[in-house]
Amino acid sequence: MAGIVGYGAYAPRYRIKVEEIAKVWGTDAESYKRGLRLEEKSVPGLDQDVITMSVEAARNALKRARIDPKKIGAVYIGSESHPYAVKPSGTVVGEAIGATPDVHCADFEFACKAGTEGMFVALGLIEAGKMEYALAIGADTSQGAPSDALEYSTAAGAAAFIFGTKDVIAEVTHTFSYMTDTPDFWRREYMHYPRHAGRFTGAPAYFKHIKGAAKAIMEISGKKPEDFAHVVFHQPNGKFPTTVGKQLGFKPQQLETGLLCPRLGNTYSGSSPMGLTAVLDVAKPGEEILMVSYGSGAGSDAFIYRITEKITEVQGLAPKTTDYLDRNKVYIDYGTYAKLRKKIRMGE
Amino acid sequence: MSTSARYWREIPQRYRLEAGKCSGCGAIWFPPRLVCKECGKREFEVVNLPDRGKVQTFTVIRVPPSEFCDQAPYALGVIELENGVLLQCQIADCSPDELSVGMPVRIEFRKIKEEGEAGIICYGYKAVPVRE
Amino acid sequence: MRDVAVIGIGMIKWGELWEKSLRTIFVEAALNAIDDAGVDHIDSMYVGCMSSGLFVGQEHLGALLADYLGIAPVSAVRVESACASGGAAFRQGFIEVASGMSDIVLVGGVEKMTDVSGGGATFALSTAADQEYEVYNGVTFPGLYAMMARAHMERYGTTRKQLAQVAVKNHENGSKNPHAQFQMKITVDQVINSVMIADPLTILDCSPITDGAAAAILCPLEVARKISKKPVVKVKSSSAATDSIAIHQRKDITHLQAAEDAAAKAYKLAGVEPSDVDLAEVHDCFTIAEICAIEALGFVEKGKGGSATEAGETAIGGRIPINPSGGLKAKGHPVGATGVAQICEVVTQLRGDAGERQVENARIGLTQNMGGTCASCVVHILEVA
Ligand SMILES: [Zn+2]
Repeated sequence: MAGIVGYGAYAPRYRIKVEEIAKVWGTDAESYKRGLRLEEKSVPGLDQDVITMSVEAARNALKRARIDPKKIGAVYIGSESHPYAVKPSGTVVGEAIGATPDVHCADFEFACKAGTEGMFVALGLIEAGKMEYALAIGADTSQGAPSDALEYSTAAGAAAFIFGTKDVIAEVTHTFSYMTDTPDFWRREYMHYPRHAGRFTGAPAYFKHIKGAAKAIMEISGKKPEDFAHVVFHQPNGKFPTTVGKQLGFKPQQLETGLLCPRLGNTYSGSSPMGLTAVLDVAKPGEEILMVSYGSGAGSDAFIYRITEKITEVQGLAPKTTDYLDRNKVYIDYGTYAKLRKKIRMGE
Repeated sequence: MSTSARYWREIPQRYRLEAGKCSGCGAIWFPPRLVCKECGKREFEVVNLPDRGKVQTFTVIRVPPSEFCDQAPYALGVIELENGVLLQCQIADCSPDELSVGMPVRIEFRKIKEEGEAGIICYGYKAVPVRE
Repeated sequence: MRDVAVIGIGMIKWGELWEKSLRTIFVEAALNAIDDAGVDHIDSMYVGCMSSGLFVGQEHLGALLADYLGIAPVSAVRVESACASGGAAFRQGFIEVASGMSDIVLVGGVEKMTDVSGGGATFALSTAADQEYEVYNGVTFPGLYAMMARAHMERYGTTRKQLAQVAVKNHENGSKNPHAQFQMKITVDQVINSVMIADPLTILDCSPITDGAAAAILCPLEVARKISKKPVVKVKSSSAATDSIAIHQRKDITHLQAAEDAAAKAYKLAGVEPSDVDLAEVHDCFTIAEICAIEALGFVEKGKGGSATEAGETAIGGRIPINPSGGLKAKGHPVGATGVAQICEVVTQLRGDAGERQVENARIGLTQNMGGTCASCVVHILEVA
């Protein structure tokens, strides 16, 4: 059965605390911490972007997959912050990991679910027998407008997955996609920051689509919430996934391992994929995992994974997700953050 | 400003650390050469350099070239890779007071510079401290 | 091969020469050399210049400067070897006279550096390093020499204070040189506490951005003996060597191999030992450069350049006076002119015309001029004939 043969994560080392942002805008940090379960978020360095983080995540995935990169038939990167408006991120990543030139490449964009979109297509190509291996990456260096509520959560990170049929560590037993046209969040061309529709992003958007996809995939697979060792939802903040989990009948412990947002922030296309890498780092053979992404606009991709015996061989072959989250962190002030995120207008 | 061809030509070295190993004496040249400096042979095999090494010497650039203005101060060093090959690159994710000769590092893929707001984005290798 | 002599030298006051163009400073220095030599014609000219194209947007200097000097239609060619361009041009002039091709050859060096911004100058100078594998990563020349300094300090225990002492000594000498850009004396504390450029080098470890030109006139030794009214200075030997352009491709980052190679040849051709040399003008573009240079030239043991400087061995009156002119550090470093100005200083010293900075009983002098981080090096040994 087709599934994941290698996975890897990457996050920058810089962090900014919610209090530091709140101090600048005179808001109440506690309301973000308690209300949205946000503590701090990752910030990319000046020399980091979707491409560099994708390369590092992909290299970690290759270390675990232990395959010749020339056998990778597709490189897909999902992001809403591709460094170029025109020119693919995937070509750089494919070249850097040594997968070129006999490879299909595409950049995906669908707000925060572009990463799982790439995973969905990569998996489909493997299941169709079109290629031996396919690489899908979710990565973002997302930006929220200064003082907007999003500024407290928009973060940077990447997760990469290599799909194949040999030496699979996590079989994909079911998938389901759920999509409607719902304008809850968008960014027009040439605009630096996205806009969102406030509370409209909740019930008719995030909750409706996640629940739509989750309920459907459980129905077609005949699974109940208690069948899953871990569940990962898209994490725009710490509160939404907790709430939707509760509404769907999951216990907080099932969400715990994959819930990275409070200390990482919302890595957009990397959000639920990084939650999945954190789960795979500790998953045991036989366990089943439910993952549901969400992308504004709006849609959700749901996946059910079944962990195989092979997982224990590869978990230690590359840095774990929590290594990136907890080691070598550097806290920065808002001035440094503004510099790193190029919010300061420079001289000619 | 040069065309992007000049950048593109060096991609195998900048992205994948491709070097040339002399078929005569085994010396490894990065970047690859057409003639071995040690033995004069002209046949080489493509090899990828290891991604681990240590700092042989370093500095902190405080007065940078204009393309690097927003990055200063930044550390730069000569890195001796595990197979003895030397290269020069920035040492990222490292404050000046953490730097030392002999410090273990790993090579990461990073953005080096941008050719202005409308030009190409130039990627390459940087060393980052190995802290574990 | 004919024996060759220097019969004329020409310097001008160096510095930020806002009111003067490249052609003006060159012609002023060249005319001073022609007047000093007392010759009535020039057979051929070489111009050392590193980067007039990037500094003032002007290539084709041979024709331009021969025309403005009023010596056209003689052959005139620009010679480039980064910061060793002046020394390399002098060597070409030497070869042309020695070979018998020409009798009176003018060698000039020039660089007009202040017509571009600081960033523009940094970029122009950086073209002497490996563009794809050094400069691409954001290195600067102070950065390259700083890495050499760090390695030298680690390996040999060279101290921050010893580096500073090079600058202190060269400013002391420069204060006695009317042509020098900087006439002020400095202290070790001032050097160490001045603004950091590339750790461990501060701004006072670095040679400055300078507008300047220098010129020398070469002729067969026999002709010099007949026409010169001044002590005749013979070019005992001329040599040059190259090394990897990128510092990380060298076997020993603390060692200037091209300087050692060029010096070994020069000593052999001249039939002298380092201990026979009475004074040397060496390429102190940074304080560490002088320490490495005096080691490579054999004036001090490897690794002892710092302690020898601290002990005063390289001061005027010391065992081997280095850079009595003030060196690149105090006299200034208009890159293409530097190598020719070194010749001018040695000739001045050997003639006994150096005034307050005169090295006693100077009979043999050496010049060492290097390009980049010593990927090219030119050495000349001169002697009172
Ligand atoms: Zn060889």
